[in-house]
Amino acid sequence: MSVLAFASVSVRFGDDATAVKDVTLDIQRGEIFGIVGESGSGKSTLAHAVMGLLPANATVSGSIAVNGRAVLGLGEAALRQMRGRKVAMIFQDASASLDPVWPVGDQIAEVIRAHGPVSRADAKARAIGLMTEVGIPDAAARYGDGPHRFSGGMRQRIVIAAALANNPQLLIADEPTTALDVTLQAQVLALIDRMRRDHGTTVLLITHDLGVVAQVCDRVGVMYGGKLLEVATTRDLFARPSHPYTRALLAANPAGAPRGSRLPVIPTEWSVESLQAAEAADG
Amino acid sequence: MSAGWTVNRLTLAGLGVLAVLGLIAAAAPWVAPYDPETMDVMGVLGAPSLAHPFGLDVLGRDVLSRVLYSLRVSLMVSLSAVAVATILAVPLGLLAGYFGAWVDTAISRTLDMLLVLPAMLLAITLIAILGPGSAVAAMAIAMIYLPILARVMRTSTLVVTGNDYVAGSRARGASHWRVLVAHVAPNAMGPVVVQASVLSAFALQLEAGLSFLGLGTQPPTPSLGGMLADGRDVLIQAPWVEVFPGLAIVIAVLAFTLLGEGLRRVFDPRGVAE
Repeated sequence: MSVLAFASVSVRFGDDATAVKDVTLDIQRGEIFGIVGESGSGKSTLAHAVMGLLPANATVSGSIAVNGRAVLGLGEAALRQMRGRKVAMIFQDASASLDPVWPVGDQIAEVIRAHGPVSRADAKARAIGLMTEVGIPDAAARYGDGPHRFSGGMRQRIVIAAALANNPQLLIADEPTTALDVTLQAQVLALIDRMRRDHGTTVLLITHDLGVVAQVCDRVGVMYGGKLLEVATTRDLFARPSHPYTRALLAANPAGAPRGSRLPVIPTEWSVESLQAAEAADG
Repeated sequence: MSAGWTVNRLTLAGLGVLAVLGLIAAAAPWVAPYDPETMDVMGVLGAPSLAHPFGLDVLGRDVLSRVLYSLRVSLMVSLSAVAVATILAVPLGLLAGYFGAWVDTAISRTLDMLLVLPAMLLAITLIAILGPGSAVAAMAIAMIYLPILARVMRTSTLVVTGNDYVAGSRARGASHWRVLVAHVAPNAMGPVVVQASVLSAFALQLEAGLSFLGLGTQPPTPSLGGMLADGRDVLIQAPWVEVFPGLAIVIAVLAFTLLGEGLRRVFDPRGVAE
C-alpha cells in the first residue's frame, strides 16, 4: 500500500527556477526509499513540499498524498495535525535541529504534547522511554541537559526520538548522516533501520551518499536537475543502472574505484536536455 | 585572567552602581536632608558646608536633596521609556522577522517613518502637541527608541528563524505561536537586552536635555536637566549648583553603558580579549 504518492509534482520558486519537475513516485508501506542526487537536484525541495514547509514564494503543482490523503492545499491547522504525528522530518545538522535554550527532554515532550492532551508527567515519562530506545545512556538523568551537553551523534539520536515520538507512519530524513563521521553514520542508519522494523515506519531517506543508499535503502530514486531520472531497487541500481546519469554517478563513487586511480567526473555541461537526448539515443 | 571574569566584573560594576543609584533615588524622601522645594532666602548660592554638603542653589534650595530627587525622576522617566519601547519593539520585531513578506513590510516601513526624524526633533514635536511634562517626555523617548529596538529584534529574529531547530520544531507539529514564543523569542532576545541597557544611558541624557530646554519635567519638580538649566547663569560664582547634577548624569550614564558593554560581551563573546 502506498504511504506517500507524488503525481506529476512540480515546484517553482517565484517566477524563475523550477526546482522539481514532474515527479511521479509511489513509496510503499515499510520500505526505506532513498532519493539520491547532487546539491540542488531538488531532493530536499520535494521533502519540504510534503511537509508544507516550502517558503511562501514557492508554487507546487500536481498532487502529493500521504496515506491516500492529499496534502497540497491543506490549511495550517490540518498541516500541523499531520506534522510530527503522521509525517515526521529530521534534518541534516542535528546540532542545529535542537533549540539551544531548552533541555533536550522537554523538546521531545513538546512533540508529544503538541498532538493531543498528555500530562506533563506522562510526556516526560514517554520522552525518557524514547531516549532510552534510541540509545541515550542514563536517559532519566540526562532529560534535563541542554543540547550542548551531547555529542553530534547523540543529538541526532535525540532528534530521531523527537521525530518518532508520536509513531508517525512516514519519516522523512533529509541528509540525516551527512554531518556525522563514518562510525556515527553507520550507528544512526542502523537506528533508523531498527525503528523502521520496530514501528513499521516508512522512511524517505534523502542523501547524496551512495554508500548510505547501499547500506539501508530498499529502493532508490535518482534525481538530477529537478527530475526523477530513474527508480529501481537498490540491488538493480548498483548492478544495472539504466540511466546514463546514474552510470556516471556510480562511476564517480570512490568506493567502487581501484585504489590510486583518478575518479571520473560527472560532466558539468550535462543539462537535463542533453540527458534526455542521451536517453533517447540509448533507446 | 579569563574573559568570563572580566565580563562579569564589567556587568557587576555597572549593575552595582545602578543598584546604589536606584536605591538612593527610591529612598530620596527618607535620605534627603531637606525638602527639595523649600527655599532658604538667606542662604542663596551658599557654598558647600557641613549643613549643605552640595551647597545651595539660586533660590536657596539644598542641592544634595535636589540631586537625590532629580535622580529619582530621571531614572524613572528613562527606564520607563526604555521599558515601554522594549515591550512594544519585541513583538513587532518578532513578527516582522519571523513572518517576513507583507507583515515585515507593514511593520518595518511604519517604523522607518519614525526613524527618519531626528530624535530631538521628534521629541520636541510630540511635546509641542501634547504639552511638556515627565510622562510626555517618557513617551517621546519611547517613540524614539521603539524603531531602533524593533529593528534589532527583527534582525536577530531573522537569524534565529533561519536555524534548523525552528524548521525542525515546525516539522514536529508546533504552531507558529508556539515556535515564536518558545523557540524564536528566547534565542533572539540577547541583542535587544544589550541595546536596551545602552539606550537607557542615552534616554537619561535625552531626558536631561529635554528638561534643560524646559520641555521635560516641569518645575518645581526637580530634575537633573532642570538643575543644569538653573545653574548655568551662576556657573562662575557657584559651580556646585551645576557640577553635582552634572556628575550624577555622568555616573548614571557610565553605569548603564558599563552594564550594556558587559551584557554585550556575555551575549556576543566575539572580540573579547583574553
